[in-house]
Amino acid sequence: MSILLDVKGVTKRFGGITANNDISFDVKEGEILGIIGPNGAGKSTLFDLLTNFQTPDTGTVSFAGKDITGMRPDLISKLGIARTFQKLKPFTELTVTENVMVGALTRTANMREARDMALEAIAFVDLLEKRHHFARELSTGQRKRLELARGLAMKPRLILMDEVTGGVDQRTIPGLVDLVLELKRQGMTIVTIEHNMQVMMRISDRILALFAGRRIAFGKPEDVRQDAAVVDAYLGSTPHVA
Amino acid sequence: MTTDKARLLEAARAEALWPRPPLWALALGAILAIVLLAFPLVGTTVFSHHVMIMIFLYALMAQAWNVMAGISGQISLGHAMFFGMGAYATGIVVVKFGGTPWIGLVLGMVASAITAMAVGLPTLRLKGHYFAIATLLIGSSVQIIFQRWDYVGAASGMMYPIKRGSPWWDLQFHVGKVAYYYLALGAAALGFLLVWYLRRSRFGFRLQAVRDEPDAAASLGIAVAKHKVLAFMLSAAMMSVAGSFYAQYILVLDPERVFSTDISVIVVLMTVLGGSGTLWGPAVGAAILVPLSEYSRIWLGGTGRTIDLIIYGLLILAICLLRPAGVVSIFSERLRRRVQPEPQPVPAKEMPA
Repeated sequence: MSILLDVKGVTKRFGGITANNDISFDVKEGEILGIIGPNGAGKSTLFDLLTNFQTPDTGTVSFAGKDITGMRPDLISKLGIARTFQKLKPFTELTVTENVMVGALTRTANMREARDMALEAIAFVDLLEKRHHFARELSTGQRKRLELARGLAMKPRLILMDEVTGGVDQRTIPGLVDLVLELKRQGMTIVTIEHNMQVMMRISDRILALFAGRRIAFGKPEDVRQDAAVVDAYLGSTPHVA
Repeated sequence: MTTDKARLLEAARAEALWPRPPLWALALGAILAIVLLAFPLVGTTVFSHHVMIMIFLYALMAQAWNVMAGISGQISLGHAMFFGMGAYATGIVVVKFGGTPWIGLVLGMVASAITAMAVGLPTLRLKGHYFAIATLLIGSSVQIIFQRWDYVGAASGMMYPIKRGSPWWDLQFHVGKVAYYYLALGAAALGFLLVWYLRRSRFGFRLQAVRDEPDAAASLGIAVAKHKVLAFMLSAAMMSVAGSFYAQYILVLDPERVFSTDISVIVVLMTVLGGSGTLWGPAVGAAILVPLSEYSRIWLGGTGRTIDLIIYGLLILAICLLRPAGVVSIFSERLRRRVQPEPQPVPAKEMPA
């Protein structure tokens, strides 16, 4: 499998805090890469660096062989990278269909075509019953599905998902996980941040573990699970704010 | 995909792209159109024509502000500058060059759009209230420039020559106000149609996305700063049309009047009162506030100006407390409830955060 996303030595400092310190990894076409790490490990910052919502101080990000470091976020997404946000950002005053149409309109200028593409994405995330509701009327779980649909309607090559199962009820998680697996079956490349280790170990092809802004492990789930540094970060002696 | 889901998708695809308004709403719209078209023909007074003209004019201006604030989410407090530029563009063409105000109208739109671009490019990149503050100050500065600019008569402005040629070429009508009435109605209707179209267009969808969540909009391939600037240019050009019309209507212009901060503030009040971001809000706001101002000026004589401002203040206070979404929301919510009889509660299995 060819490498779709290649990250080399990205570093981001906020004042005295180094949120991401010399992080390198790659994502192969068609795989699910899981990013794990305790709160404050730098996972969401890393997403911001990949899509240039924050510009890395050093290091490079390449997508499909093209250097995208420092490129404007909207141009990066047009290349085929969709993302969701940890702090959800639905277009509150638009309906579910309209929200997803905004994504589809990146692919087509025709409103009817965009609507039909949007409906397909909405059906995929199982929100069709809510299609006429305003985004502000949705629950957290529904909003997560909405953000996913909005990104998917762009027909991206790579989707970055920030905590799809975070903040939703235990019973809703299996459904969301199934969506992620179904996407992979359809050939989508996925990078996902999760707190839920069980979910992560099950669905990921490879895992990148971060701790205090550093990469502490990168590889197959079974290897990462037994990695001394990972065990230490999650259970062990180093005290950290959870 | 389960068959249930497939059936639902099929049904959703079969729906009209845009919800059809109910029959009673269409009927109401038709009645309104007939009343507005017939109004000056059925023996109404010249003064009532004047009030209607001012309503149309302010409806256009409020709609212009709505494009920027309601649809794109950027608060401008200096929209009077574009009104004034429209007025002066026609004024210069007519008074200095003896040309037709129609050329001035177009020049004013172009000048306003270019000014909006020059102001917007640096300020609309900033988040927060910088844009509002910048427009407030630049609006005042533009007024001062025109007060000092001798070529256009500085503080005393310009008087129009009275023309007796073709009234439509010169846009001067000396008998009654009926022609002005239809011109203003047409301009307001064009502004209304533009926003109606905008809300159904790709550009309008993107503006609303930028308004609600700029970061999410960027993550969907929307050039955020560019869209804000384009919206500002469109809004400025609409405002300029109102200014050009106003100059032709009163046939005199001075910086005090056409660059007045009052104009910038009143378009905000009208839009917020009627319902910011809605199609009808600006017109409804204008239809409430203009008669209030015009009639209080007559009934209360010299004190009218202050009284109408007090009433404006009370109205805004009332709308903030009772209906923050504006007067129009009273009806639009009722409409939605009819279209969608059962508002589904949040399912218990998903916890709202």
